[in-house]
Amino acid sequence: MNTDLLFDFTVDKAAKTVFITREFDAELSIVWDAFTKQEILDQWVAPAPMSCKTKYMDFKVGGRRFYAMISPEGQERWAIQKYTSITPKTNFKLYNSFADKDENPELPGSEWDYSFSEQNGITKVSITIFNESFERMEKLLEGFKKGFTMSLENLENVLTTLSQK
Amino acid sequence: MKQDIFQAIADPTRRTILTLIAIQALTPNVIAEKFDMSRQAVSKHIKVLHECELIKPEQSGREIYYHFNAKKMQEFDNWLAQFRQNWETQFNQLDKVLSTIKKQKK
Repeated sequence: MNTDLLFDFTVDKAAKTVFITREFDAELSIVWDAFTKQEILDQWVAPAPMSCKTKYMDFKVGGRRFYAMISPEGQERWAIQKYTSITPKTNFKLYNSFADKDENPELPGSEWDYSFSEQNGITKVSITIFNESFERMEKLLEGFKKGFTMSLENLENVLTTLSQK
Repeated sequence: MKQDIFQAIADPTRRTILTLIAIQALTPNVIAEKFDMSRQAVSKHIKVLHECELIKPEQSGREIYYHFNAKKMQEFDNWLAQFRQNWETQFNQLDKVLSTIKKQKK
C-alpha cells in the first residue's frame, strides 16, 4: 500500500456533516468503476470481517442499490441507496437509508455526495455525508462494530482472499 | 425521547452554554443572565443538554450547579474515531482491489 496517499477525515458536528477525502493509486476510470459497479463494490465496501451482498443495483438517476452488510455470524443489515444525481466520472449523489429485508426504508436517511478527480495517475475521491441526526450515524456504525475485535492477522487473510478474486 | 447529541451541539446557544460551563460550573440563573432571551428559553436549552448527558446537575446547598460532562464528549469523539477507522479499513481494501484490477488490465 502506498502510504503517501492522502486520507482526510473531518467532522463538522454543528453541521452534522462528515467530510472524507482519499487518494487512490489508479486512474480515474478504474476508481469510478470501483464505486459504481456492483461486482467491484461488493469486494471492498464492507470492512473485514464483514461482507457485503448486493441484491440488485441500477446505477442511474432514480435507480437504486439494495444491499446488505453481513456479519461473520450471518446477521444481515439491509440498506437502500437511491441515486439522485450522476455526472459520469465526475460526481454522483445518493440518498442512503436502512431498510428491512423486504426493502421497506427506515427514515430518515443520509445524503452522500461523491466527487472524483485525477492528477498524474492518482485519483482523488471526496465524500460528503450529511446526516439528519447523530443517532442515524450511530446506526451506521453499529453493523461494523464486530470487525474491530478481530486480529490483524485475520484481517490480512481476508484482504488477500479479496484481492485474489 | 432521548435527545440527539448532534442536535444538541448544532444549536449556537447550546454551544455557548457548553463553553461557559466547561470553564466553570454554573447555576441556571447565572447561565440565563448571560443571554438576551427569556429564562424559560434558556431553561429549555439546559434541559436538552442535560438530556443528552452533555451537562450534569449537582446540588450544592440550595443551588443546582451544572457541570460539563467531558466524558460524554469523549465518548462522542471516540465514536467518531471508530467511524474513521472503518473508512480506513474499507479504503485499504479498495487499494488492494484496485491494484488487482490494474494488474489484470496489463
